[in-house]
Amino acid sequence: MTTTSEPPLQLTAGEQLVRPSTSLGVFSRPTGETGWKSWLFTVDHKRIGIMYGAAALLFLVIGGIEALLLRLQLAVPGGNVLSEDAYNQVFTMHGVTMVFLVIMPMAAAFANYLLPLQIGARDVAFPRLNAFSLWCFLAGGIFLNTSWFLGGAPDGGWFGYAPNSGLVYSPSHGMDFYALGLQIAGIASLVSAINLITTVLNMRAPGMSLFRMPVLSWMLLVVQFLLLFAIPVITVALFLLSFDRLFGANFFNVEAGADPLLWQHLFWIFGHPEVYILILPAFGIMSEVIPVFSRKPIFGYPFMVFSGIAIGFMGWGVWAHHMFTSGIGPVSVAVFSLSTMFIAVPTGVKILNWLATMWGGRLRFNTAMLYSVGAVAMFTIGGLSGVTHAISPADTQQTDTYYIVAHFHYVIFGGSLMGMLSGFYFWWPKAFGYKLNEKLGKIGFWILLIGFNLTFGPMHILGLQGMSRRIHSYAADSGFNLWNMVASIGAFVIAAGVLLFFWNIGVSRRRARGSLPVGPDPWDARGLEWMTASPVPTHNFDRDITVTRQDEFWHRKWRIGTDGKVTRIARAEDVAHDGSATGVHLPSPSYWPVVVALGLPLVAYGLIYNLWITGIGALVILGGLYGWVFEPPDDPEDHGHDDHHEADPSGEAGNGANGGGASGNGEGEPADGDGARQLAAAGTSGGPVAEAQP
Amino acid sequence: MTDVADPTPAVTTPTDAGHAAPAHPPTTTGLTHNKVAMWLFLGSECLLFGALIAVYMFAKSRLPAGEIGPNDVFDIPFTSVSSFVLLMSSLTMVLALSALNRGEERNFRIWIVATALLGGTFIAGQVYEFTVFVDLGLGYTTNIFGSAFFTLTGFHGAHVTIGIVMLMSALVASLRGRLSPRNAETVELIGLYWHFVDIVWILIFTIIYLFPQ
Repeated sequence: MTTTSEPPLQLTAGEQLVRPSTSLGVFSRPTGETGWKSWLFTVDHKRIGIMYGAAALLFLVIGGIEALLLRLQLAVPGGNVLSEDAYNQVFTMHGVTMVFLVIMPMAAAFANYLLPLQIGARDVAFPRLNAFSLWCFLAGGIFLNTSWFLGGAPDGGWFGYAPNSGLVYSPSHGMDFYALGLQIAGIASLVSAINLITTVLNMRAPGMSLFRMPVLSWMLLVVQFLLLFAIPVITVALFLLSFDRLFGANFFNVEAGADPLLWQHLFWIFGHPEVYILILPAFGIMSEVIPVFSRKPIFGYPFMVFSGIAIGFMGWGVWAHHMFTSGIGPVSVAVFSLSTMFIAVPTGVKILNWLATMWGGRLRFNTAMLYSVGAVAMFTIGGLSGVTHAISPADTQQTDTYYIVAHFHYVIFGGSLMGMLSGFYFWWPKAFGYKLNEKLGKIGFWILLIGFNLTFGPMHILGLQGMSRRIHSYAADSGFNLWNMVASIGAFVIAAGVLLFFWNIGVSRRRARGSLPVGPDPWDARGLEWMTASPVPTHNFDRDITVTRQDEFWHRKWRIGTDGKVTRIARAEDVAHDGSATGVHLPSPSYWPVVVALGLPLVAYGLIYNLWITGIGALVILGGLYGWVFEPPDDPEDHGHDDHHEADPSGEAGNGANGGGASGNGEGEPADGDGARQLAAAGTSGGPVAEAQP
Repeated sequence: MTDVADPTPAVTTPTDAGHAAPAHPPTTTGLTHNKVAMWLFLGSECLLFGALIAVYMFAKSRLPAGEIGPNDVFDIPFTSVSSFVLLMSSLTMVLALSALNRGEERNFRIWIVATALLGGTFIAGQVYEFTVFVDLGLGYTTNIFGSAFFTLTGFHGAHVTIGIVMLMSALVASLRGRLSPRNAETVELIGLYWHFVDIVWILIFTIIYLFPQ
């Protein structure tokens, strides 16, 4: 009820864009459009998306340094770069960082930035909850990493198998940081999932039916459902581990009758959907990039969508293939072997559809396209080595060897990360108004691709030779020397490729100053996100967009004749909104998401060190929630500066929307939908409309 | 979920002695964001309690012979009564919402207080039950059954407690004149949560207490 006031697509017209600053809440609102405060307290999905991306890249550097340390240690036999204890901590934190603090938030960056744009919405359903998700994730990530300075990082592996992660075998506070830090990050993911699903279900532009949504929107929607149902399971597992470690519970106490399989089941019921949580966003990105640079629509759109949904469902039925050697019995092994083979089918459908999209297309190998094609290729290798795990006798040989390490790096690095790098190159001009340098980008791509294969290709061989995972060092006569050295060299080549990416950002940014603006649609793309100015204005779209078919934006630029010939009917600049609309009512910035997110790590520190700190943290959270609840999501128009638009006839629609369902129930409300549609229709027939009149 | 308890629209709304909540909010589904979000949240909660119940059943089956177990502590008649009390609170919750929808503020407050009191009675019963169990020698760390039992019922109790806080918030909002049929949905959402917690208790009571040990 209350937050229906947030999604208004309807625009008021005529007055200035208003960021209200009245003090209906406990304190006055944060104000200002620039400066660090405008970022810290923002509820704008685009700024939140950018911050998600920046944080993910920061953690990528941290996780990458950890990877380099590991490869330094393993470069030569009997390495002594890291002690055994430090090695355990570094490989654990490398995994935790890369999975939870790099790939997931990077996907969240794309989801936050692009989902509302792709469905033609003003913002997400709950802008403040969105800000909370970001700060909560960041709080969890920073909390986890402070463990380095507080007696040692987690050392039980990213999977945290109990009882190995219990007090007996992991007596430092590391695994407490793991359990509580992931709990905090999990809250962020759960809140974000609820928020984004509501956004997709409830805030699509007129005519944007579910099956007109871009494939990326679909994949992100599937991912949010996976998060919605997977997070509570890991929540339970992490609670049990925390209770065991902090309060002496007996869930994983084998002496008291506990069974170590309990953790493994709980973890992998979460963990395997998690794999798809990591990869599906990249699938979505590739499905956006490849059609644009093949100049063809995506091949088999319904198959792409339904295979994504199928992966979402089947992803729940394969978890025990992570446990083939744990003695779960022949029936379980057989069942999960079969389901693991089956889940390769929808994945294969996707790969074939990408190839078919490229087939006969006019291919342009920009950096974004290179990364996407690279991701398809690398993911296919990873997928194929993955299917070999479905053969349980073979899996028994491969379990806990470097073969597995090779497999999941091909999937997560080669698939997810490369797919998302493609997304960075593709949407960078949309978010920042300038393209990343193509030449540096292409060089960077090849360096990264070569480095990646140098690093992880040999690990297949090492694994089949019998080198086990997570070992601190190996003997000189094991026969592992050559390929370990190659892998270590490859790791530094990867590092060079990543550094080049950062270098590229700096160079492109500097060169962009003073050069021509990039325009709304630099790639001749297809999604609605390109139908507004670059960088996207705070209010996203000037007018409502009425969608009549899939790839609406492309069809407004091009016409397919009866002979199949494609002719341009409009320039992107003419179709796209120029971002000049004023007086759009937007959700107001807020302090409270930050405050509540700040309380969570306090609670967690307190649980480890001193319950008094927990009390303080709980008070901070309570206070934050109190402030949150008594602060309107956005300031109602009768308290804002924008009262004067009553005079404007078309202001009625905006008025109704501002006040939400509540005040909108007045005479404005029934007309709301129609008004919006009329506005949008005017938008389609061309040119700047309504708002120019007053 | 805090947006749900947000009573703000009432502040800005000139309540015209009204009835009839808004026909359809301007969303794609016709449902408000808050309602969609609440249903999604409850879907997620299903997995939380599902996992906890599974953990409990697993842990109970692993309890070594001779240790203090369910048969030594459970007092089925007592828990049946407190379960009945909790289930009745669902009825009063429905009555409260119905009263609010009809604009009967006084009845709304009565029923909402009744719901909170019934919930509070249940929590009091749970605290009493816990202390009895501890006296009987079943603590949180005693054995795997104790850990699992207190964790599962503790999580449920925490949910009920949060529900009571939300009910009291609704009461305060009503006393300050911020609740009206227009924003009855806020109360409806609290009700959804409350009914969910009750349904979970039906499962817990059946599976933990009634199934033969």
